[in-house]
Amino acid sequence: MSARVGVVTFPGSLDDRDAGRAIELAGGEYVPLWHGDRDLKQVDAVVLPGGFSYGDYLRAGAIARFAPVMDLVIDQAKAGLPVLGICNGFQVLCESHLLPGVLVRNNHLHFICRDQRLRIENAATAWTSDYETDQEVVIPLKNMEGGFVAADHTLDELEAEGRIVARYLDVNPNGSRRDIAGITNAAGNIVGLMPHPEHAVESLTGPGTDGLAFFTSVLKALVAA
Amino acid sequence: MTRHVDTVEDAAGSPDVVQPYAELGLKDDEYARIRDILGRRPTSAELAMYSVMWSEHCSYKSSKVHLSQFGEKKPETDTLLVGIGENAGVVDIGQGWAVTFKVESHNHPSYVEPYQGAATGIGGIVRDILSMGARPVAVMDPLRFGPADHPDTRRVLPGVVAGIGGYGNCLGLPNIGGEIVFDPSYLGNPLVNALCVGTMRHEDIHLASAKGVGNLIVLYGAKTGGDGIGGVSVLASETFDADGPAKRPSVQVGDPFMEKLLIECTLEVLHAGLVEGIQDLGGAGLSCATSELASNGDGGMHVWLDRVPLRDATLTPEEILMSESQERMCAVVSPQHIDSFLAICARWDVTATVIGEVAAGDRLHVQWHGQTIVDVPPRTVAHDGPVYERPYARPEWLDALQADDPKRLARPRTDEELRDTFLRMVASPNLASKSWVTSQYDRYVLGNTVLSYPEDGGVVRVDDETGLGIALSTDCNGRFAKLDPYAGAQLALAEAYRNVATTGAKPLAVTNCLNFGSPEDPDVMWQFSEAVRGLADGCLQLGIPVTGGNVSFYNQTADMAIHPTPVVGVLGVIEDVERRTSMALRNTDDVLLLLGETRDEFGGSEWAHEVHAHLGGLPPHVDLEAERSLANVLTDGASRGLFTAAHDVSDGGIAQTVVEMASRGGHGARISVATDDAFVFLFAESTARAIVAVAAKDVESLSTLARTHGVPCARIGVVTEATRESAEAAIEFVDRFSVTLAELAKASESTLPALFG
Amino acid sequence: MARVVVDVMLKPEILDPQGQAVQGALGRLGLTGVISVRQGKRFEVELDGDLDDVRLAEVHRLAETLLSNPVIEDYVIRVEDEASA
Repeated sequence: MSARVGVVTFPGSLDDRDAGRAIELAGGEYVPLWHGDRDLKQVDAVVLPGGFSYGDYLRAGAIARFAPVMDLVIDQAKAGLPVLGICNGFQVLCESHLLPGVLVRNNHLHFICRDQRLRIENAATAWTSDYETDQEVVIPLKNMEGGFVAADHTLDELEAEGRIVARYLDVNPNGSRRDIAGITNAAGNIVGLMPHPEHAVESLTGPGTDGLAFFTSVLKALVAA
Repeated sequence: MTRHVDTVEDAAGSPDVVQPYAELGLKDDEYARIRDILGRRPTSAELAMYSVMWSEHCSYKSSKVHLSQFGEKKPETDTLLVGIGENAGVVDIGQGWAVTFKVESHNHPSYVEPYQGAATGIGGIVRDILSMGARPVAVMDPLRFGPADHPDTRRVLPGVVAGIGGYGNCLGLPNIGGEIVFDPSYLGNPLVNALCVGTMRHEDIHLASAKGVGNLIVLYGAKTGGDGIGGVSVLASETFDADGPAKRPSVQVGDPFMEKLLIECTLEVLHAGLVEGIQDLGGAGLSCATSELASNGDGGMHVWLDRVPLRDATLTPEEILMSESQERMCAVVSPQHIDSFLAICARWDVTATVIGEVAAGDRLHVQWHGQTIVDVPPRTVAHDGPVYERPYARPEWLDALQADDPKRLARPRTDEELRDTFLRMVASPNLASKSWVTSQYDRYVLGNTVLSYPEDGGVVRVDDETGLGIALSTDCNGRFAKLDPYAGAQLALAEAYRNVATTGAKPLAVTNCLNFGSPEDPDVMWQFSEAVRGLADGCLQLGIPVTGGNVSFYNQTADMAIHPTPVVGVLGVIEDVERRTSMALRNTDDVLLLLGETRDEFGGSEWAHEVHAHLGGLPPHVDLEAERSLANVLTDGASRGLFTAAHDVSDGGIAQTVVEMASRGGHGARISVATDDAFVFLFAESTARAIVAVAAKDVESLSTLARTHGVPCARIGVVTEATRESAEAAIEFVDRFSVTLAELAKASESTLPALFG
Repeated sequence: MARVVVDVMLKPEILDPQGQAVQGALGRLGLTGVISVRQGKRFEVELDGDLDDVRLAEVHRLAETLLSNPVIEDYVIRVEDEASA
């Protein structure tokens, strides 16, 4: 019996089915979740996928965070449910205050799609345990609002507590402070990541399979739990 | 504040009212014909409908007589499920899957407002694909601008690219390829063509017809505003009250979020079997959608125009009929299904309103608050528009142009001159890397993109289980078409066909976007007629049918028409996408071979353009049989796994081909220039050629395969070390010159960022 | 009927590349002496009925949680009476 991972579809979500494919490739069961339902269908973990929920109108993720399903996600995340926010999902997590900081428009004002080198700095979270600490990977990045910004004291805190999950290597593609590509909460169950691991799970369609471990990590954590 | 509405009753009773038909673009005889058809003068609303539906853009009146060749010369094929005449053609690709694709233009709006013009162009073509019952799965954009360093190009290009990205990325459609071409002939008349491809199961194919008396017409999507009304406002000014008309937006603004909801909502109602017919609202809005649905169906329709949900309450009924507000669709739904249909729309937060029903008889009736303002035979609006036989004649300047052979141009001779020319070409705007543009597009979404820019064709997986996939390429060389439009159209077809085969796919079908100057100019009309003839003849010879397409006329400023630019898109099928061939050189010591024959021909070439600003002579020799033979080698070889890389030879010749293969794979190459004439070897643009890389052990098999198909095959070199192994990795032309990949990358990658920021 | 206008601006310390791009364009178009440009958002909210203190407090709450992101933005609310609307 494999672990059940829910993926929320908001109006405008785009990479929900792709996240579902990645979950199945990793050996889990993909459970579609509807933004308007106050029901997590007893899943073991949740992915908030990439896309343009509500067209990114107002601010990316700002409207989606008030969706009925998010009430449950927020409550259960605080209670330890593993939650991965990818790109737009990361934006929703920040707007929900489950993670600190905010994602702002890329400093060069263009949408950027590139195969991005990253260093996985925290391999102890629910979503990164299948990586080695400081492992270097290549994962596609594609966004317009990808610049991670937070107050200096918040950034210092993240660094000191080892809560930076991934950092950009070679090129900072969006102006993120301290080259931050992804962060986690103190408990390590909530992770926000700008790049898209679900697009690096098959060498046929991606730059490699470096992204798969995000999904195998959580399945292992769930089986062990 | 009651405004008098011009009803059918009024029209019948006031035959002598002077109507502004000329301002609306109708000729005297066309207006007379409308009066004949109706047996009275048309109402304001009817006049508006006929004027827009009979315009060049909607009725194809100047091109119909020529386009009929695509039907007359249609090759026999059993893969065509829906042919010309519907929103888009549909092709059977096997395993119960069907593919629909089409390319369209949005040229003039993109000159006026680059971002929104390009964005709404994507929106329109995506809705065309959606209305066939398919899930849109990818887009491609052939783009043409004036000279790269011209201030107006700097105004237009970034906006167009941002608009395509802004709309396409938000819809979740990967951008898998296209073209970017710079040429003075497009200054003031940029060409923004957009292709969309969608997939579906055979049983999901839907057509735009309204059948079944009592079935309901539902308008769903965005609310209707005053977008794109344009000239029709002259009618509003006839009858507006003292307060004056409200402002009418001159630019259509797209809402990609709404279109994304429209896609999901439409696919859900289609798969739930709730829809009898479906049509998108594009040019001419509701008047087009209703007249086409009625015309294709049983014949009769009633529309209650006052039920259309409005964004702007001041719109007159004429304006509502003509509005080109984006993101709207029309569905024909039976009464037993309407509640389920509306419930699905509500779930997606999409406004949906019943605005009419299929009626007995054969008239289209439109009512406004109980009064009939339109009563027409829908066929006369939608299909029986005027047909012009525009005069055309071979231009007087063509002989001189063709006689101006580029043989007289000074050629590089010494190794140093060749090396300088090589670097200059690589860095020239047409050949330089386009990644400044393509990195603004999402190529990953949907997780099925197997090949995309800068590969020869975009390749998308259709079936996760079996690996069945499709390949697409769009191509056209306007310079070739200017020198000889008949050959130019065939060269565009040949190149797209060759590109598809290079990926390992089998070409199946064709779409086209014919971009030309003014049809009122006999020179242009001759170019058009020749291009269509060339394309139709070429498709017949290659055995692949034209499934649909688009014509864009009036791309012209005063006397200056653009180069005739018949963009051709070819769709191919690949049984297993794992077997596709990329252009990237991957293995040191693989052998490089040139398939095909090289000739000394430079008419319309990139070299003549870039180095000498010269356009003259004849385009490269066309040989469709040779293209077919080459394609067979490329697809056969791919299915056998013979190639480690393949790339067709086109703009910039062999030099550019090798540069692209090496850059893509990060490996150098050592090439022996086997002929006396290094210049011709490097830069000629002869057709029906490709460079392939094979493992040394497979050279024999490839030679045999090529010989079997009658394709010349010559070893030209080997793949050398990778850049990750050595900073000195280079392309070396033995005994001539060498350039490191680092230097090449710098030359190629710097050009566009330096120009556009 | 009441009209409430909410102006949202980035906090002064937050980098504003859009404002900078606009500043560059103003200069290129001939406006000299531009010291800075900051880009923000303006929301015009029309409400039926009267705007009492309770409702106004609601608007403030939503300005703080939805219309602006307090991590990077400040907001200012202005009530326009019907006479000036």
